[in-house]
Amino acid sequence: MEKISCVCGHENPFGTKICEKCGRPLSEEAKAQKVLDMRYDGTAIRSKTYNKSIIDKIWNFFSSVKVGVSLIIITLIASALGTIFPQEFYVQVATQEEKALYYKQNYGVFGELYYNLGLSDLYSSWWYQILVGLLGISIIVASLDRGLPLYKSLKNQRVKRHESFMKRQRIVAHGPVTEGDSSKTLDLIEEKMKNLRYKVRRDGNALLAEKNRFARSGPYINHLGLIIFLLGVMLRFLPGFHVDESMWIREGEVRAIPGMDGYFLENKQFILETYDNDPTRAQIEQGVAAIAKNYQTDVKLYKQAEGAVLGDTENMELVKEYSIRVNYPLKYDGYAIYQMDYRLNELKSMTFELTHKQSGESLGSMKIDLTNPEKEYVLGENTKVQILNYYPDFSGLKDGVPQTASQYPNNPAFVFKMMTPDKPEGEVSFVSIGASPIEAGENEYKMTFKGVETRNVSGLTIRKDVTIPILIIGGVIFLLGLAIGSYWNHRRLWVQQLEDGKIMLAAHTNKNWFSMKKDLDVVTEYAHLPQYIDQLEEKDEKDKEGDGAE
Amino acid sequence: MSLIDISGNLLFIAFFAYIIGTVFIAGSIKRNDGAASRAEKWGKIGIVIAIIGFISQLGYFITRWIYAGHAPVSNMFEFTTAFGMFLVGAFILIYFMYRVTVLGLVALPIAVLFISYATMFPTEVTPLVPSLQSNWLTIHVVTAAIGQSILAISAVAGLVYLLKEVDPKTSSRERFWLEAILYFCVVVIGFVLVTITFRGMGYEAQFTYVNNNGMESEIVYNMPALFGMNESELKTEGVMEPLVEMPAIINAKKLTTVVWSFLVGTILYLLYRFIVRRPICELLHPLVKKVNSHLVDEIGYRSVLIGFPVFTLGALVFAMIWAQEAWGRYWGWDPKEVWALITWLFYAAYLHLRLSKGWEGRKSAWLALIGFAIIIFNLVFVNLVIAGLHSYA
Ligand code: HEM
Repeated sequence: MEKISCVCGHENPFGTKICEKCGRPLSEEAKAQKVLDMRYDGTAIRSKTYNKSIIDKIWNFFSSVKVGVSLIIITLIASALGTIFPQEFYVQVATQEEKALYYKQNYGVFGELYYNLGLSDLYSSWWYQILVGLLGISIIVASLDRGLPLYKSLKNQRVKRHESFMKRQRIVAHGPVTEGDSSKTLDLIEEKMKNLRYKVRRDGNALLAEKNRFARSGPYINHLGLIIFLLGVMLRFLPGFHVDESMWIREGEVRAIPGMDGYFLENKQFILETYDNDPTRAQIEQGVAAIAKNYQTDVKLYKQAEGAVLGDTENMELVKEYSIRVNYPLKYDGYAIYQMDYRLNELKSMTFELTHKQSGESLGSMKIDLTNPEKEYVLGENTKVQILNYYPDFSGLKDGVPQTASQYPNNPAFVFKMMTPDKPEGEVSFVSIGASPIEAGENEYKMTFKGVETRNVSGLTIRKDVTIPILIIGGVIFLLGLAIGSYWNHRRLWVQQLEDGKIMLAAHTNKNWFSMKKDLDVVTEYAHLPQYIDQLEEKDEKDKEGDGAE
Repeated sequence: MSLIDISGNLLFIAFFAYIIGTVFIAGSIKRNDGAASRAEKWGKIGIVIAIIGFISQLGYFITRWIYAGHAPVSNMFEFTTAFGMFLVGAFILIYFMYRVTVLGLVALPIAVLFISYATMFPTEVTPLVPSLQSNWLTIHVVTAAIGQSILAISAVAGLVYLLKEVDPKTSSRERFWLEAILYFCVVVIGFVLVTITFRGMGYEAQFTYVNNNGMESEIVYNMPALFGMNESELKTEGVMEPLVEMPAIINAKKLTTVVWSFLVGTILYLLYRFIVRRPICELLHPLVKKVNSHLVDEIGYRSVLIGFPVFTLGALVFAMIWAQEAWGRYWGWDPKEVWALITWLFYAAYLHLRLSKGWEGRKSAWLALIGFAIIIFNLVFVNLVIAGLHSYA
């Protein structure tokens, strides 16, 4: 590729704006500027230089900050759209039709539109993910595009810069020293700048004081962290990188933990505590009677014995006893088990008595375990009751057939067959809570409800996420880069002593000019330098005066 | 006096200190023409009073923390007051970096507005539900609020910048929006006034209505109902019937409050215009005339630079750690979370536009104000209207 040669003789790569060696402006644009654009120190940026091949075009597209910012803004607006109505995963219904209905019912026409446009499941939509992907590509390309040349140019800085470079800095000074012997001036500057923790280099009559160059790497480090974080998030979509299961476990039960092979959990008890405070104004306004204080499941975690077959619960080893509470999950071997939900007073068992309708004589009673009912209960000689059908969550009759809404014993109903010495062939009766039994004919015996036992059920979530360390690494790098780029600034001061003893100086910082000027004030006073001016502020003043004269 | 009373009194002292501080700072600027040394003295006094107010409010915060047993950032009242406190803290920090008193002229009144707004909500100490009982949550909320208040200083600087740079005498789009912002502040005052007035009268109107699940519910209005809930029926005697009834998808009680605030705010504003016969921005313009625009612009940028990492740490990183501890998932697309992400993306855009596209001065000042609007939106609107996991109300 052709080179640009500067008057000073240095050959610069094509696209350079400011000579790498002496600092003379090279491009027409740079020559026309009163204050040089010092971004990337005027080095050749690939995207600003080539625009021929398809690859150049793609590269330039993604490295453009305009495109980058547009992507950020589009992501921002898209994200905001997703908060207008609740997302689908917050809607507690099962089927698509129910969801559609939910949005229509609660939010009217807009809700319907929202659902139909797919905005109700926005964050997992393909286009949202592509948007984030494009953002990621843009960050990578833009960082490489600018980071590498910037690194090179900052590494090879010359002390001595040409006058045309110095004059075109934002902060400049030119003139004789204000006091004393000018031959000492550079020494004084060096001394003071070193005091201010600048690194000072000298080359004949020129001096360069520089501080915090590493701050320039801040954005590149934070972009790197961001990319690592995004990669971590993407990995999560691959199977096997994370476990997300849930389980209901009743008090007294021991169950295999879904997603956590070889482990069993025992629910010893579930505790719900509430505050006993007087209701506050907020509570009254919202009609909340009591505020929950604690949700807790006391558990025992067991591990299956080595070499045990699946589901073998013999010889299990107790590994941990713990009280799982909200905010205090049980953690073991990379897994974490969270308290998520509960059901109080689930029916555990029901007791019935087999009685003669007329005399009220009892033939014995039976206790039905509602999660695991027996087929047949023997109450005495020639006396037994069979459960022909069991509906744990009876929800009514459909075409004369009893239905159950779920597997949970919320509203148990039974079809009993009662066999007694009187009626050895048995009598059939359909029994549900709160209704009189339905019988095929006129029975002589009936099942009389005696009582129930209840217990609590705890809803737990089991999670494991191997991408978390990647996210932590990405996050830490991001914050580190952010701090470096935000809390430190790269400051430079170029000084030259001219033949006649006069001083010419120029200063630059990538941000925080206020503090740079404070440093300059100190050294100006100490080394009796001519007063510097801020060419940008001066320009503004002039513009103002111009306005006034009109 | 119990601890909670002491706490309340300290907040009261802080509130008045911010008002008096504002007066002194405004005074210091007025006098700038003649007696420069006296002006400087007034400015210094203003700052000292602001610092006293800040310390007093810190006292409120700590005593309430001790009394409640948890950080007082757990409901709308507590969080909004804390935000006001951090805003004053951020102003003091920036003052010691740049010695620009005039920022107090905007920062302190905003803090006053915040605290007034906060006391319109229930101020009692509420016990924490289990999910909020977490140190990570406290760290998250406090750091996020500090980050937001530092970011807010850029809006303060932006407003000062625009008050100076936008010509108040000639009509322009910029002047219109600047005046719109100031009008909005008057509406907030309107909200405070109506709430205090009707609360003082002990106004109460009870309604039954049918909610959007078709269930009968009850609701109590604390101001005359302009809008009625779906199929509402008035149960209290001798109070106003709603003018219009709203469908079930709209919370007519909140709408009533909003409309009342705008009504009173607009009346106040019109009264002001009638008496003074100038836009507010013209009234304020002379106060910021002596301001060094370049410096104020730089302060705006610097406060974003300082605030952005703090905000990232508090609102995203600590939030994710808490979410992971509490729910086992570091991110859940809850509206409040999404709006924190939006705020973060917005300030990222601000930084890129400024750094690479050279958006300085006016453009950057407007961006800073939009950023602040997003923060306010997240605080007020998302909390009160789009309810989610984090909703305090
Ligand atoms: C949400 C994602 C992003 C975040 C949080 C972010 C963060 C940052 C930060 C904090 C800075 C330093 C700004 C300053 O110091 O004033 C920066 C600089 C920069 N960013 Fe990003 N960035 C993001 C996305 C992007 C994208 C998509 C691009 C693509 C064009 C990009 C290109 C740049 C460039 C070119 C710089 C200037 C670097 C320099 O001057 O040395 N960034 N970024």
